[in-house]
Amino acid sequence: MMHISLLKVTAFFYLAGSLLYLYFIITLNERGARLGRMSLLIGVLLHATGFVLRYAAAGYTPVTNLFESLSFFALAIAGTFLVVEIRYNLRTLGSFVAPLAFVFSIFAAFLPGEVAGLAPALNSYWLPIHVMLLFIGDAVFAVAFGAGIMYLLQEKQVKRKKMGAMFKRLPSLDVLDDINYRCLTIGFPLLTLGIITGSIWAEYAWGSYWSWDPKETWSLITWLLYAALLHGRLTVGWRGRKAAILAIVGFGAVLFTFLGVNLLLPGLHSYSSLSR
Amino acid sequence: MGHIIIIGLNHRTAPVEIRERLAFSADTIGHALRGLLERESLREGVILSTCNRVEVCALSHQGFRGAAEVKEFMAAYHGIPLGEVNGYLYHYEGEEAVRHLFRVASSLDSMVLGEPQILGQVKDAYGYASEFRSIGPILDKFFSKAFSVAKRVRSETRVASSAVSVSYAAVELAKKIFGDLADKTVMLIGAGEMCELAARHLISAGVKGIMVTNRTFERAVKLAEEFGGTPVRFDELPVHLKRADIVLSSTGAPHFIIRKKEVEEVIRIRRNRPMFFIDMAVPRDIDPDANQVDNVYVYDIDDLNNVIETNLEERQKEARKAEEIVAEEVRSFRRWLDAQQVTPTIVTLRRKFEEIKNAEVAKAVSVLGAESPKTRKVVESLASSILNKVLHAPIAALKKDADGRNQMELVALVREIFDLPDSPEQAGSGEEEDAGKTPPE
Repeated sequence: MMHISLLKVTAFFYLAGSLLYLYFIITLNERGARLGRMSLLIGVLLHATGFVLRYAAAGYTPVTNLFESLSFFALAIAGTFLVVEIRYNLRTLGSFVAPLAFVFSIFAAFLPGEVAGLAPALNSYWLPIHVMLLFIGDAVFAVAFGAGIMYLLQEKQVKRKKMGAMFKRLPSLDVLDDINYRCLTIGFPLLTLGIITGSIWAEYAWGSYWSWDPKETWSLITWLLYAALLHGRLTVGWRGRKAAILAIVGFGAVLFTFLGVNLLLPGLHSYSSLSR
Repeated sequence: MGHIIIIGLNHRTAPVEIRERLAFSADTIGHALRGLLERESLREGVILSTCNRVEVCALSHQGFRGAAEVKEFMAAYHGIPLGEVNGYLYHYEGEEAVRHLFRVASSLDSMVLGEPQILGQVKDAYGYASEFRSIGPILDKFFSKAFSVAKRVRSETRVASSAVSVSYAAVELAKKIFGDLADKTVMLIGAGEMCELAARHLISAGVKGIMVTNRTFERAVKLAEEFGGTPVRFDELPVHLKRADIVLSSTGAPHFIIRKKEVEEVIRIRRNRPMFFIDMAVPRDIDPDANQVDNVYVYDIDDLNNVIETNLEERQKEARKAEEIVAEEVRSFRRWLDAQQVTPTIVTLRRKFEEIKNAEVAKAVSVLGAESPKTRKVVESLASSILNKVLHAPIAALKKDADGRNQMELVALVREIFDLPDSPEQAGSGEEEDAGKTPPE
C-alpha cells in the first residue's frame, strides 16, 4: 500500500540528511548543510503525506502500534529539528539530531506496516490528543538531548583548554544552553498535558485515573526528572553542564518509557509491544 | 666622553606598589625632565613611565656619577628615600643600555612577549622629551634607532603577531562561551598593556559596558574615560565583580587577588551565569583552581598561547630571531656611538681633509706640468699649511674641555657640518671613490 512505502522510504531521506549534516560538520562545506536540510524537508513532507494517507485508509490516527509510533516519533523529531534549525540557524545541530530521526524510522521500516485495525479500548478521540502531545513533547526533548551532547562536547574543550576540531564547529555554550531551556519550556508542558489527558482517558476507558501501570510509572519518573530540571533552572539557576546532563538523562528516561516499557514490561499500555 | 645610562624598574624587578610610587604622570613629565637635567653630569634625558615599567634614560658625561644622579633624582622627585627603592632598580650603561632599550621597544622585555603597545609608549616618551627639549643629538639618534629596530623585529619575526592573536583568541573564546557579546559587561582590573589590548578587542566586538579598577583610583578614572567605561574603586571590586561577565586582570600583585572561594560566591550570586576570567598577569591574579567551578572559565596567558597553537618552541624560536636582530643593531649603533667620541672625530676629520688635500695637490701638480720636486713641495706645503690653519680652531675646540657639557653637541655639530662618516676607514674609501669620479682637468 502507498502509505506503507511512503512511511518506510522516509528512512532513506533521514539517512541522507544525517550523512549530509555529518559531511557538513566535518568539511564545513555549506552545501552539505543545505542539502541535508533539503533532504530532511523532503523526508518530512513525504512522511506527513504517508501519515495522512494512512489515516484516510485506516480511519483512525495511526499511532497505535510500534510501527506507527516509531514512525510518528521519527516524523516529530525531524519536524521539530527543522523548526529549531531554521529558527536558530544551527546547522551543526543536524549532525546530532537527524541521526535520531533516522534510527527511529529505520527501526519502524523493519516492522510489519500493515493496518491491523484498532483495539476497542483505543477507539476514542483522546487517542490522537494524548499520543501526539506526548510524541511531540518527546521530540522536543530529543532536540534538547542533541543540544546537551553538543554542550558537553564544547564545554569540555573550553574547560580543559584543549581546542579540538569541534571547537570552531560547535556553537557557543550560551546558544546550546538556551536551546536546552527553550526545549524544556515547550517539552515540559506537552509532557504534562500528555500525562493529564492520558489520565482523563484512563478514567473513561479503565475507570481509574492512575493505576501504576509501568508506562504510567515511567512517565512519572520522566516527568519528575524534567520537573527537577525546570525547577532547578528557575529557582537556583541550574544551567550549563548540569542542565545538559539532565537533558541527556531525561531523554534516556523518555526512551525507556517509550521503548523499554513497551518491549520489556507488560502492562495496560501494551498496544505497541513487538508481539502485536 | 658621553655615556648612555638607563635606570629603571619593571614588573619583574619590583612589585606594583613600588612601581606606582616611582611612576611619572604625563602631565608632570616636563617638570620631571627639567629636574633631571638640572643634575650636574646629565646632558640629555628621556623618561618612560608605563604601568609595567618606569625607566629613565640619560646621557651622562661623567659615567658613574650620572647613574648615581639619576637614582637620586628618581627617589628625590617622588620624595622617597633612595634606600627604600634602590634594591628594585636596574642599571644599564653603554652597550647594555643600548641593548636594553632596543629590547624594550621591540617588546622583548614585556610581560607579554610581543605586545604591541610598548612601542607607542616609548614613542610617547620620546615625544615628551622632544617637546620639553630634554633630548639631544645622541639620544635622538638612539631612540630613532630603537624605533627602527622595533619595526624590523615586528616585520621580520612573528613575535608581535602572537601577542595580537592572544587577545584575538580571548575574544574568540568569549564568543564561544557567551555567544552574543552585546549584553555582556567587562571588568578590567589593573592596567597591563595586554589587558588594554584585549579590552579594545572586546569593545570592538560590541560588549555592553566596561568597568575599570586599579589600585590607584585616578588611573582607573583615566582608563575608564579612555574606554568610555565606569571606574570602580579597587576595594569595591568584590561588590562589582558579580556584574562582570568577562574579567580581564593584569595587576602586579604578588599573590592571587581573586581566589576560588570568592569565585564560587560570585557565581552563586549570579545564579550560575557564566564568567570568563582572562588572567594576563605574571604572577597570576586569579587562582587557576577557580576554573573547576561550574560555568567559570579561567584562562591565563599561557593557556591563551596554547590555544592559538603557537607552541612554546616556535615562540622561543621567534624570540631568538628577534634577539639576533637586536644584537646586530646594537653592534651597528655602537659603531656610530664610538664615532661620536672626540678622538675618532678628530682622526676622521683630519683624514677627510688629508684626502681632499692630496687630491687637489695632485691636480695642481699635473696642471702646472712641472714635475720638479720643488714645485711639488711648494704646492704641498701651501695646501698643508692652509689645512692646518683651517683645522686648528675646530680641533682645538673639540679637544678643549673634553669632558665639558657642550662637548657632545660639538662633536655632533662638527660631524654634521663636515659630513663625516661613522668610521675613519670609511672616510678614506669614500674620498677615493669621489676622486675617481671627478677626472682631473
